[in-house]
Amino acid sequence: MKRPPRPVFLAPAGYRRKRLRDAAYLLPLLGVVLLLIPLLWTPSDDVGGVGNAASLLFVFGVWAGLIALAFVLSLVLGPNAEGAETRDDLP
Amino acid sequence: MILTFNVLIGVSLGYVAMLFAVAFAADRRARTGQERWLRSPLVYTLSLSIYCTAWTFYGAVGYAARSGLEYLTIYLGPSLVVVGWWWILRKLVRIGRTQRITSIADLVSSRFGKSSVIGAIVTLIAVAGVTPYIALQLQSIALTFAAFTEGLGGGPADVDYVALWTALGLAVFTIVFGTRNLDPSERHHGIVMAIAVEAVVKLVALLAVGVFVVWGLGGGVPGILRRIDAAPIPMWSGDGGRWVGLLFLSAAAFLTLPRMFHVLVVENDDDRHLAVASWAFPLYVLVISLFVVPIAVVGLERLPGGSNPDLFVLALPISEGHGGLALLAFLGGFSSATSMVMVATIALATMVSNHIVAPLWLSVRGPVEVARDLRGTILLARRASVVGVLGLGYVYFQLTGAGVALSAIGLIAFAGVAQILPAMLGGIFWRGGTAIGAGTGLLLGAAVWIWTLFLPSFGTAVIPAEVMARGPFGIGWLRPDALFGIEGVDPLLHAVIWSLLLNAGSFTLVSLLTFPKPLERLQGVQFVNVFEQSGPARTWSRSGAEVEDLLVLAQRVLGGEAALGLFQSEAEGQGKSGHLPDPTPAFLQRLERELAGSVGAAAAHALVGQLVQGPGVSVEDLMAVADEAAQILEYSARLEAKSAEQDRTARALREANDKLTQLARQKDAFLSRISHELRTPMTSIRSFSSLLGEEGLGEDDARRFARIVEAEAQRMTRLLDDLLDLSVLRDGQVSLKRREGLLSEVIDRAILSAGAMHGSLRIVREPASEAVPVVTDLDRLAQVFINLVSNARKYCDAERPELRISVRRRRGQVIVDFADNGSGIPAPEREVIFESFARLSGRRAGQSEPTGAGLGLAICREVMARLGGSIAYLPGQGGAAFRVAFPQGHAAAAE
Repeated sequence: MKRPPRPVFLAPAGYRRKRLRDAAYLLPLLGVVLLLIPLLWTPSDDVGGVGNAASLLFVFGVWAGLIALAFVLSLVLGPNAEGAETRDDLP
Repeated sequence: MILTFNVLIGVSLGYVAMLFAVAFAADRRARTGQERWLRSPLVYTLSLSIYCTAWTFYGAVGYAARSGLEYLTIYLGPSLVVVGWWWILRKLVRIGRTQRITSIADLVSSRFGKSSVIGAIVTLIAVAGVTPYIALQLQSIALTFAAFTEGLGGGPADVDYVALWTALGLAVFTIVFGTRNLDPSERHHGIVMAIAVEAVVKLVALLAVGVFVVWGLGGGVPGILRRIDAAPIPMWSGDGGRWVGLLFLSAAAFLTLPRMFHVLVVENDDDRHLAVASWAFPLYVLVISLFVVPIAVVGLERLPGGSNPDLFVLALPISEGHGGLALLAFLGGFSSATSMVMVATIALATMVSNHIVAPLWLSVRGPVEVARDLRGTILLARRASVVGVLGLGYVYFQLTGAGVALSAIGLIAFAGVAQILPAMLGGIFWRGGTAIGAGTGLLLGAAVWIWTLFLPSFGTAVIPAEVMARGPFGIGWLRPDALFGIEGVDPLLHAVIWSLLLNAGSFTLVSLLTFPKPLERLQGVQFVNVFEQSGPARTWSRSGAEVEDLLVLAQRVLGGEAALGLFQSEAEGQGKSGHLPDPTPAFLQRLERELAGSVGAAAAHALVGQLVQGPGVSVEDLMAVADEAAQILEYSARLEAKSAEQDRTARALREANDKLTQLARQKDAFLSRISHELRTPMTSIRSFSSLLGEEGLGEDDARRFARIVEAEAQRMTRLLDDLLDLSVLRDGQVSLKRREGLLSEVIDRAILSAGAMHGSLRIVREPASEAVPVVTDLDRLAQVFINLVSNARKYCDAERPELRISVRRRRGQVIVDFADNGSGIPAPEREVIFESFARLSGRRAGQSEPTGAGLGLAICREVMARLGGSIAYLPGQGGAAFRVAFPQGHAAAAE
């Protein structure tokens, strides 16, 4: 199962696409980290706890941010998704 | 508009009829080839929205009213999965397409060697897991009917009665559209279109209620935010464990729910749709869950205490007197429930027919018989499965009663199907996973789930209170809510953690310990490296399969036209006319795949396998061939190693030969030299003795000549002694006279005998280190030392010759170094100085002629060998240096 040797450096366009793909891989991890922030909060019904509306807005804000980033990435990466068959697209 | 029970029934039926029309039209368009717009990313994304069921539509509000923010985990988990589609979904979709996967059971079974056992296990887990989920939908529909009739003062609605009729109606609809034909690709354009429409309906309905609540009742956005802040439900309860656990659980369920797998993977036909869905699906679920908290808060404010928060979506418009809005909400909930039930039952029916009925059928009947009626059997099995699955859901609903919160039921289902996750992810990312490992993990995980979550959900009817409190048969560590004695954990988290831990753990462990079958390994490579495959691995070799038999089989399974078309296109591809292509491996592969699209990989493999008899059909045979090749490779590697060894031997022999040749040359040189050496004294002895015999010789002359004759005779004797000594040593006939003495005394003697006390050679010694008692043949040792000292005296060419003698002890060995400060011995000649007859070729400065015969060092070496020691040239000492090493003897022990 030897792979043919790949070029070490890519042309700028290919390089850019690879980095965008990296971003696509990292996006859910960013989401996970942000969604773990509530673990730090004091319960809403405690004194000085996080406000009901504030907590709600935070989660929806993170969510909307993720969607926006995913949208941008899909615009840039979407047309190339079919090209994922080539070998150098592997992570 | 007056809402009565009958009006509701009428509206529901009308809605179903509308869906019927949509589905029918979509199917019709698809058949006439106008399916492009049916296959847009938008439709794909909307079809994913069957994730949002009645649980979302009604249950989310109830969930938020009970647990605050936690309801969002159910949507955040899948959002993360979809946003991160590059990780898992992309691979799943690609595998689904290349392997013609028909269901999640097919995926797992196909990965683990097309194992029908694994397929059956996954199917059973899926049925058990989805049953509560279907019950949830039936319950929600029944509850809404009840709410309407109570809220509007109609007659008492029989909840069970409604649920039963709903189940029956759904069964009919699903059978008509979901199992009407055996589509080779297992795609259902009509159903997909219908659920896309339903996705829009439920979204619009929930948004309408939300807008009404926020702007009609709550006083706009600022007002509603104030109300949320003041609400009696704490949004963040502080239970981080449940937050994380449910995020994970919902993400896992999103991947493993049969209906989600169906729309995500089976109905997908373009990777690019995933790119759009990656943001559009999270957006959809964000919007649909946006108004959940406002509805919950306003509902708690306005509705009488004790109202079921699961029904706030419906109850608020009713209590505010907005009949139209209430009807819309009802339709939204109805469509949420119906779309889920339809797709879930189709997915489950496919699994049951392909992985339970078909293998059973195949095992009791021969392939030809099976081929005759397989298609009918499978369709019948699917229809029966639809009814069976809905029936199970109804039974579950009956058993648990209508009082349980919708979200609680849903989470039980999530935890059940999540048991498939380790086998699925392990299968597509890890080549080491084996069927036995996957089966063990699945069974163990499912067993723990059933014991800790599924059975307790029926209440004390199934598991008595005593067992809950003290464990089965009094075994405390098996209590359903405190496995291994760990108490105080949230029951859901407890079940999820233990089941998945044992599941993934045993899967990994057993996989590590077992060895996969050849087909498993082949499939493993194809799944894990799906993006690297240039084509599928061949599993069929050219065989004696009768093409006509294959055609008969294909017609039975795929349908007449589809099968004929397939065979004809293949025949054309092979350059033949007619309908009968050659049964090439590629064609058999393709045919198996087409069949797999209808009956699943395991059954298709078995079907083709039974027809395709002949040499080399099985993967085992292929592997055997591969083994043979490996053996040949190994053999040739061994040959190579052997020839390398022979090379080495040859080189050693050549070296030995060179050495021998050199020695022979030296011997010749020595012989001529020794004859010369012997002749020189002989000549002088002869001439001087004849002179002695002459008359008139003076007294002085006669004495002088006699001395010369004696000296020459002594020289000859010495030479002959040396030769004799060497040959005695070589033969090993020498007897050693071991005695104890001091090393320093031996050295003293040697220096004295070598005549080195006087003369130019300065000897540097270290008296302190020389005081070593040794037990050895002291005379022989002295002989070696004498040789070395006199060599230095004779050959050291330094201006102020100096010999340094140093003594050391190391591990019972005495080491004596003799190093002079001359120019040393050139490297090429160090090899031969210890050989007998060897003489250094070069004359050293100031040495007119060597006095020895070249036997000294050879004798030294033989002596040292007899003494159990060694002598060696020591390079890098600034001059000629020799190291003599020998065992100290018993004196060392006496020390």
